Amino acid sequence: MTATESSPASTRPGEPMLSVDDIALYYGNIAAVKGLSMRVHKGEIVTLIGSNGAGKSTTLRAISGLIKPRAGSISFNGERLTGKQGHEIVKAGICQSPEGRRIFPRMTVSENLDLGAFLRNDKEGIAADRARVLELFPRLADRISQKAGTMSGGEQQMLAVARALMGSPQLLLLDEPSMGLAPVLVDLIFDTIETIRDQGTTVLVVEQNALAALRIADYAYVLESGSLKLEGPAAPMAEDDEIVRAYLGG
Amino acid sequence: MALSTPEAVETAPAKSDIAASHTRRWALWFAAIAVFVWVFYTFALPNLGSSGQTIVREWMPLGSVNEALVWVICAVGLNIVVGYAGLLDLGFVAFWAIGGYTAGWFMSNFFNQISNGFYFLSAAPPNQPGIHLNVWLVLGLAGLICAGAGIIIGAPTLRLKSDYLALVTLGFGEIIPQVFLNGADIRGFNLTNGALGISPLDNVSPLPFGPSTIAIGDASIAISKPLGPFDTTAKYVMFVLVAAFAVFVSLRIREGRLGRAWLAIREDELAASMMGVPLMRSKLAAYAVGAFMGGLGGVVYAVHNNSVFPDRFNFAISIILLAMVVLGGMGNVWGVIVGALVLAWFNSTGLPQFGDSFNQQFGTDINFPSYNYLFFGSILVLMMLFRREGLFPETRTRQVLQEAERSDAEELDGGEV
Repeated sequence: MTATESSPASTRPGEPMLSVDDIALYYGNIAAVKGLSMRVHKGEIVTLIGSNGAGKSTTLRAISGLIKPRAGSISFNGERLTGKQGHEIVKAGICQSPEGRRIFPRMTVSENLDLGAFLRNDKEGIAADRARVLELFPRLADRISQKAGTMSGGEQQMLAVARALMGSPQLLLLDEPSMGLAPVLVDLIFDTIETIRDQGTTVLVVEQNALAALRIADYAYVLESGSLKLEGPAAPMAEDDEIVRAYLGG
Repeated sequence: MALSTPEAVETAPAKSDIAASHTRRWALWFAAIAVFVWVFYTFALPNLGSSGQTIVREWMPLGSVNEALVWVICAVGLNIVVGYAGLLDLGFVAFWAIGGYTAGWFMSNFFNQISNGFYFLSAAPPNQPGIHLNVWLVLGLAGLICAGAGIIIGAPTLRLKSDYLALVTLGFGEIIPQVFLNGADIRGFNLTNGALGISPLDNVSPLPFGPSTIAIGDASIAISKPLGPFDTTAKYVMFVLVAAFAVFVSLRIREGRLGRAWLAIREDELAASMMGVPLMRSKLAAYAVGAFMGGLGGVVYAVHNNSVFPDRFNFAISIILLAMVVLGGMGNVWGVIVGALVLAWFNSTGLPQFGDSFNQQFGTDINFPSYNYLFFGSILVLMMLFRREGLFPETRTRQVLQEAERSDAEELDGGEV
């Protein structure tokens, strides 16, 4: 068993792409995350799992610059992100597919994808990425001129991921991509996340559906009540009955 | 359902062309109607016979058309803030007032400290005190001053959530007219002339640039007649040009990157931020552009009335403007134009005329114009109950409100994927 309760922040070799160091996040005076450190290396799928209210989404929001950490720092490719505005972080190469999808319901699928590429000016690169995401999610190609709000939940989730990919991120943040989806769709989305990683985009995925996330992830962090409880390679974690029972509701 | 439609993918990029031709078609309509109205009042009306003339003068005098155009300009500006960017603004009258006073300051004898007068391409008679700039220059100046005011009020407040932003703008709309009302003695300096307002304003030159006369030696040659306060037909031409400018700018800006940023913010601020839309900068831009048009409207209103008075700029104007945007259909420029024309005409002419006819017919003595806010309030309530998207909604609003949402259950039924 490689996962230990108090392992150092990173047991993996090399420089991390994203490094979160001892951050504390608050909503008003209520601490949502305390002393969390985590690393994401290039080419990995890293998952941050835990129960409802553990502070997972809050952490992602902090990485995207929507919440300022009260303590600690976040850096990306050696550059400090803490204190930067949301659009500067997107420009640095981090795009997020937010919790609850939050697609633009009154815009077409095509317009949603265009907005994903809002900060880019390279027309050819945008066209190439558009072709890429439509290949990843052929269903979106069928619905390209449909209003996004009229699509099913699964299609909206696909659009949310595709839209984030249109920013051509080095690091893709996915917040609960399985939320509210039928099991067959969950499998489809997670298979696609693997494909995205294989195509060269690093992925950090936050999930309540821990077993599904551990199945595809390379490395996992388990969060409980805002604190890191466990970290380690994902595959052994999924097989450890004790861990699954204790933390993952298995 | 699973059928792949590559055609759809290929035709999608042509969409902006369709939008552009759509815009051109509307622009033609706008020009055609504007020209028709001008021809009607200039050539057809004098030949209409006395009863026809009376009906037109009572129900649709050109002055009321001009006033409606003022509302159109401001409503199109407010539509950028409320309709495009989704920021509720309850104090738009402030920009209208600032624009009006800019016209008062730079197009009248008011600053009589400058005893010989400062003239720049003005149509005003020579050797008067005060500042006399060309009206088109004043339009640009008022727009810029208002845009600056919009940024100053926006910078500290746009971080607020919508309800609080609405309250702050409400306060701004109350404060500015008070400043003008009480600005007669600022440490001995008369900035606004208080409740007396600034009147009269300079005659305006119908030509976009240049004075109406050219001085050659001692002789001055009139190249166009300066417009007096009652020259409604020529003012109409000027107002239509300004309105066309406002409409053109708001249509073009909407298609660009800024327009898409506003739309994204309106739909979902958080998601927009995650797409890299710079929230503060985009919102400030919406405020500035909207305020610019409010400034244009203020100048045009001052020209229309040939004066500015502080009591004209009250809270009700902000609400009427909002009602116009809501009635027409938030976000749709053409809908907002129709909403503004209809409500402005109804307020200035339609309701009093209807009241007169009603009272004559039934021998009653009801003061209909005093009930105008009852009508505006009812319109807002009824619209919210029965047609929230406005009379002429944006296509994107209409489609989503009409298409039923598919559920995940349906999707499982279909057994696709």
